[in-house]
This record gives sequence, C-alpha cells and structure tokens, in this order.
Amino acid sequence: MSTEERFDAIVVGAGPAGSVAAYCLAKAGLEVLLVERGNAPGSKNMTGGRLYGHSLEKVIPGFWEEAPVERRIVNETITFLTGESAVSLDVKSKQFAQAPSFTVLRSEFDSWLAGKAEEAGAMLACGVRVDELLRQEGKVMGIRSDEDEMLADVVIAADGVNSILAQKADIRGELPAKHVATGVKEVIELPRQVIEDRFHLTEQTGAAQLFVGECTRGMQGGGFLYTNHESISLGLVITAEEFADAEERIVDLVEEFKMHPLIQPLIEGGQVVEYSAHLVPEGGLNMMPSLCHDGLLIVGDAAGLVLNTGYMVRGMDLAIASGEAAANAVIAAKAGGDFSKQGLSSYQTALENSFVLQDMKTYAKAPKFMENHRIFGNYPGLMEEMMVSLFSVNGNSAQPVRKSMLTSIKRHGGFMQLAKDAWKGMRAV
Amino acid sequence: MNKLSIEERLGKDKFAVDEDKPHIVLDQRICAQCSKKPCVKACPAGLYVPQGDGVKLDYAGCLECGTCRVVCVMKGLKWEYPRGTFGVEFRYG
Ligand SMILES: Cc1cc2nc3c(=O)[nH]c(=O)nc-3n(C[C@H](O)[C@H](O)[C@H](O)COP(=O)(O)OP(=O)(O)OC[C@H]3O[C@@H](n4cnc5c(N)ncnc54)[C@H](O)[C@@H]3O)c2cc1C
Ligand code: SF4
Ligand code: SF4
Repeated sequence: MSTEERFDAIVVGAGPAGSVAAYCLAKAGLEVLLVERGNAPGSKNMTGGRLYGHSLEKVIPGFWEEAPVERRIVNETITFLTGESAVSLDVKSKQFAQAPSFTVLRSEFDSWLAGKAEEAGAMLACGVRVDELLRQEGKVMGIRSDEDEMLADVVIAADGVNSILAQKADIRGELPAKHVATGVKEVIELPRQVIEDRFHLTEQTGAAQLFVGECTRGMQGGGFLYTNHESISLGLVITAEEFADAEERIVDLVEEFKMHPLIQPLIEGGQVVEYSAHLVPEGGLNMMPSLCHDGLLIVGDAAGLVLNTGYMVRGMDLAIASGEAAANAVIAAKAGGDFSKQGLSSYQTALENSFVLQDMKTYAKAPKFMENHRIFGNYPGLMEEMMVSLFSVNGNSAQPVRKSMLTSIKRHGGFMQLAKDAWKGMRAV
Repeated sequence: MNKLSIEERLGKDKFAVDEDKPHIVLDQRICAQCSKKPCVKACPAGLYVPQGDGVKLDYAGCLECGTCRVVCVMKGLKWEYPRGTFGVEFRYG
C-alpha cells in the first residue's frame, strides 16, 4: 500500500460492525478501505453463538437465505446449576420465528459478511495490523501500519473490545477488570443427527441454553451452550475482576463444566475441534467512550455496545446497527463536506434514536445488579432445594410446601434479602 | 467425554507463532512484587505459570483475548496484538 491513495473512509476491523459499515459506505459509492489484522475476516474472532437477526435484516434483507448461519433458535433454556443438580426453565415458542435469531460460527460468518462489503466495492486488506491513528491538530487523518500510512477523511474504529486504537489516541483509558468478562469456548463436533435427536430439533432449528451457578463457582458470569449444524459451542463467561480472588483457573472451570452430569450426556462422543477465548465488554454505559471525534467514529465492541443482561449477551446486533449508523453519518458528512466531530454527530443521534442506546439505557442497572454474588452463588442452590423438595417422595411425612420453601429461603439468605434482590432484579431488566 | 488438559486443547488450535517478536513482555521485577498474580487464574490458555517469586509465560499459545492485560493492575506486562498474519487463527470461532 502506498501513501498516495486517499480514501473516503478507512474502517479498522472486519468484524460485524466494521464489515457492515464498509458495506453500507461502498454501496453508497464511497471509496472504502477495510483493514483486518487476521489472515481472513473472522480468524481472530469468537462469540458465544447467537446472532439476533433484526439489525442485519435491515441492511441485507433475507440475509439468512445466503449467509452461513448455523441453526435458527426455537428453544431457549435457562438453567440454575448446583454441583450435581439443575433446575431449568425451558421455553419453546412459535413466536421466536417472528424475530429470528441464529447460531453462528464467526470464522465463516465474518468472511461472508466482509465478502459482501467487497462485492459492494470496498477494498479489503487482511493480515494488516493497524498500529495507530494518524492525527493532525487533534483531527484523525488516517492510519499507520508498520511503515505504511494511509489517509482518509474519516476512520471508523471497529477494532473490538480491546480497542488499542482508541486507547493509544487517549480517547479511552485502560479497561478496568470489572468492565469486561473473559469468555472461553470449546467447539465440540458431533454428527448432525445426534444433535437433532439430543436436543429435539429438526434440520434447521437450534437450541440456546444459558447456565448460572456452579459452572462459575458462584462468580459473576455464566455458561452457554449453542447448537450448530454439526457441532456444539460450549463455554463460560466470567467477569475478569473475579480472578483476583478466584480459587480456580478458568482453564479448569471450563473442563469441569463439561463434566457436569447435565452437560455430559449432551456432548458425549463429541470431539473438541477448537478452543478459543475472547473478552466481552459488560460495563454498559459506564464504559462507553465518546463515540464521535474529529475524523473518527467508534462502533461495536470498541464502543462498549454490548448488553449482558444476565440471561443473554447481545453484541453482534448492536455492532451491526452501529456500523450502519456510522456509515450513514459518514455519507451525510461527505455531502456536507464536514468531517469534524460536529459534522459526524448524526451518528450519536442515530444511536440515541435507535434500539442501540435505548436498550443500553434500559439495561443500565443490569451490570450493577449482576455484581451481587447472591445471584450466582446462593440462588441456584435455593432453586434446587425448593424444586427437589417439591418433586421428592421419600416416605418421610411430607411438609407443607410453604414450610419447606421458607426453610430453604432462610438458609439461603432470608426472605427480606430475596425480596430486595428480586426487586432490584425487576428494576434492572 | 473426558477432560482435556490445556495443552491438548491448544493442540486443536492453529497458530503462526512470531518467533522474532513476542507480543507480550513481562517485567519480572514487577511480577515478583505481585502477590495475587491474577494472570495465573485468568489466562484462558493457562500460559502464566508461577516460577520463583514471579511468573513465566509462553506466549506461543496465546488466544489474544486481552484478559491478562486487563487483570494485571500492577502493570507488569507490555501487551500488543501479534504483528499482522501472526498468532492464533480460529477456524470455527
Ligand atoms: C464468549 C462470548 C459470547 C458472546 N455471545 C454473544 C451472543 O450470543 N450474541 C451476541 O449478539 N453477541 C455475543 N457476544 C458479543 C459479540 O461477539 C460481540 O459484541 C461482537 O463480535 C462485536 O463485533 P465487533 O465487530 O464490534 O468486534 P469484533 O467482532 O471483535 O471485530 C473486531 C475486528 O477488528 C480486528 N482488529 C482489532 N484490532 C485491529 C487492528 N489494530 N488492526 C486491524 N484489525 C484489528 C479484529 O481482528 C476483529 O476482526 C459474545 C462475546 C463473547 C466473547
Ligand atoms: S498480574 Fe501482572 S504483575 Fe502480576 S504476576 Fe501477572 S503479569 Fe506479573
Ligand atoms: S491475551 Fe489471553 S490468552 Fe493471551 S496470554 Fe493474555 S490472557 Fe492468556
């Protein structure tokens, strides 16, 4: 690459946020360079597994007909785990089809999405790590990678949760350990038919399961399981701050999760084909840097746009919507010839008027609520005890349900505490 | 299905190791002062192993998550992504 070229926009990072931004810009006829440090888009990326389809549907209607999505989720489960037991809430509904969500594997999915941007006319450069933003009197003018400098009217930082670019440019400080969680995942290969039999699925349908409790030893976080066509994605997400006082390594916890009597039969006979890790931003609005700067917009995980509500992680649909909104702002800025913070400010407005910042605000209390250790430590045990006493018949004289429940509640923190947490929980979601 | 050691798990992954330039560099003087050593518990690749007062690190199996960088509050490490084309390559993700 030479220094001669000047682009309308340079997008750093070919994840969903960056590829959608590049796609929208190229489609509008702008000259776009999409730069990715991996050898192929997706080769550095990992996710739990589920894309809520609504925002990509807006950009590429009917995308799932051609995109390499795995299975459409028709079955949602939340499970409270203790050492050997599990209490689950299991939901199947035809209504999930109205706003479909799909399991994805990012290597293939991201390559497809970046390919759409290329088809639309964007130039994709892989295997290129961007080292820093070029700035002149505070305004971002382009990027530097090794010896190469490339110039553009606007840079879109879509470089993910670690966003070294924003940090180096002093737009954001160090990430505090309480604002991110570490995710680990194993992809476990199993024959298609076995997956469909075990999870009661048909050819295209899939299951999503979340777990709380013993799998993280009561630390803030949870486990997840998603069915793909011919594999299962299984993993844990634990707030990074917890490791300062953790007794076990996350490396060992994920294997113990696999051994849980609830999980074992689901993955029996499978082969681990990949082991991966990635951070999840979960500080919500508290960690969000300012998103518009002179010549620079920040999108997706780099902007902290992830919702971790305790029962779901949503980042990809927000990344996609923010990529689209940033592209529209750049298109508007080009029409007005003003790439200053002011000229690009329609990005911020668009996010505020869309589900992205509205949902971030709705769930703004969730991160704090989740810091409460009783949610992950005590309550799974309480659920188990109450349910086991409800279903156990052992020949001892039965206690009234009310009485056995009260005994359980007392043992796990008391009724007032439970009521307070329930109230906080209701207000947080 | 049995438990897999971390070596077995990393053995499933594809890496192009940059032999010339480690992307994470420790300052052992700081590590020796660090009592909790959160990197040991937190690194999902189990690459940080206590050694003497400090830790040793084998950056070759790094999954590039950034966890160590975030939990290391003593600032005992310098962290960057591997140079372009190097590092882990997820085939599933
Ligand atoms: C364990 C886990 C489970 C999750 N589960 C879900 C889920 O079920 N549903 C959901 O919606 N979300 C989920 N998420 C969140 C979701 O994965 C992210 O929010 C989403 O991937 C963010 O997209 P992005 O494009 O902003 O960033 P990324 O996908 O991280 O893309 C950033 C890109 O930038 C590249 N890059 C970084 N730095 C540079 C540089 N200096 N130079 C060049 N390129 C660079 C990277 O290689 C990468 O391709 C989960 C995340 C994790 C970790
Ligand atoms: S947390 Fe940082 S300072 Fe402490 S041992 Fe690990 S790398 Fe060294
Ligand atoms: S970046 Fe992640 S995998 Fe790599 S050494 Fe740090 S914690 Fe371990």
